[in-house]
Amino acid sequence: MRGISFAVQRGEVFGLLGPNGAGKTTTVEILEGYRSRDGGTVEVLGVDPWRGGSALRQRIGVVLQSSELPAALTVREVHRMFAGYYERPRDIDHVIELVGLAEKSAARVKTLSGGQKRRLDLGIALVGDPELVFLDEPTTGFDPSARRTAWELVRSLRELGKTILLTTHYLDEAQQLADRVAVIRDGKIVEQGSPADLIGVAPKVQIRYRDGEQDVVIETDEPTRVLAELTGTAVAEGRELDALEVVRPSLEDVYLDLVDGDDPA
Amino acid sequence: MSTSMRLFVHEVRTQQLLFWRNRESAIFVFVFPPMLFLLLGAVYNDKIDGFPAVDALLVGLIGYGCANTAFAGLAITLVIRRESGILKRVRGTPLPAATYLAAVLVSTLIVFLLQMLLTLVLGLVLYGAHTPKNWPGLVLALLLGVGGFAGLGFGATSLIRSAEGSSAVVNLVVLPMAFLSGSFGPTRSYPTVLQWVADVLPLTYLIDIFKNVYLRGESFWHDPTAILVVLAWGGAGMLVAWRRFGWMPRER
Repeated sequence: MRGISFAVQRGEVFGLLGPNGAGKTTTVEILEGYRSRDGGTVEVLGVDPWRGGSALRQRIGVVLQSSELPAALTVREVHRMFAGYYERPRDIDHVIELVGLAEKSAARVKTLSGGQKRRLDLGIALVGDPELVFLDEPTTGFDPSARRTAWELVRSLRELGKTILLTTHYLDEAQQLADRVAVIRDGKIVEQGSPADLIGVAPKVQIRYRDGEQDVVIETDEPTRVLAELTGTAVAEGRELDALEVVRPSLEDVYLDLVDGDDPA
Repeated sequence: MSTSMRLFVHEVRTQQLLFWRNRESAIFVFVFPPMLFLLLGAVYNDKIDGFPAVDALLVGLIGYGCANTAFAGLAITLVIRRESGILKRVRGTPLPAATYLAAVLVSTLIVFLLQMLLTLVLGLVLYGAHTPKNWPGLVLALLLGVGGFAGLGFGATSLIRSAEGSSAVVNLVVLPMAFLSGSFGPTRSYPTVLQWVADVLPLTYLIDIFKNVYLRGESFWHDPTAILVVLAWGGAGMLVAWRRFGWMPRER
């Protein structure tokens, strides 16, 4: 990690977005209290996570990127096991219902599918009724429909008033879920803001058309004026602009630009 | 009940549920030593070291059971839990590390006590073994054995890197140790070199203590050196654990 600075507001969904190996998990594990840091200041719910101990862990919920749960226990037993660690746990059956595992309540962990296991991870992260939830790549390896379901779940968490810190290497996930996003690359935050803000730092709008054999691409900050001139001229000359399109940059373009760009250091 | 006591009781219950629900460990850890006792008890019938063979075997296999439960079983279970991320996940909850480890220890003790009772009952009912001459001494010896071997178990957990290898590594230690320490029969005819090795092994001394209290009816304190050797091995294991024990997976 070389320079990470961000603040997450209460009730906000904050996304840490970046390619594999960018430092997302390291950042989150420092915040969760798993790793010490070489330097800098970190506060989670007003406490240094490395020294926060049990009192802090009462207030946070953790979904690790890869961890297993006791394979021989049932979904309900695992929830009961973890609920017992907290002073004021939520109702187990309610949590199981919330994460959509009600029908699997009596099923052994080893019989669950990958997506169901991930929902179980989420369930035990919520069972202590945390104020702040860390989700480290919660949907990696999901099929598209399982991902939609998971997104709905994260949205319902936000409606419960939870603060969520989410890491992902899926851009659409950050765009769908996060109020604010920090793009992280090589252990450094290269951009942060709302998804809309990030598009604001985007490459220019492109106007593309075909002129005979040649593809023409115009990049501009003033698409309206350029387009008016272009089409005005074409109409005046009585010709058609083949394959005319105006392309707004997507967050993906911004993202790729940020993570593939030259090293800013 | 205070919060820490409630957490402790909850975790001991959880550990018990985990142990008995996991069929592989329940069979390997719990059933294996009494089963060996049944087999060996059917083979030997004379005397071993001046004691009725079945009594000597009963004591030897209680010793083996102790090493198998508190050292082998504990180390294998904890390494698997660490490498699969379960320990890390539990560390992310408010459960204090010391409460977790104490619950693991007490749960191990419960398993071993039940196993010892089963072995004892089998011996009494099937082979006409004698009852222990010094019950309180036997209980103290059991506590010493579980404490000492659990210390070694925590130490081994800290040294073993991979879940795949844990069972092989641990049994490579436990089975020869039990063999040399006389768990499975008389060691009088062993070559001198092997007897030297046996003379430094903790199980040799634990079985001596069991013989003193169970067969001879001596006080638990009869042989302080033996107690010290077992404690020293356990302490060495704890020292390694103190420095090297980790909650995070090593191989990911």
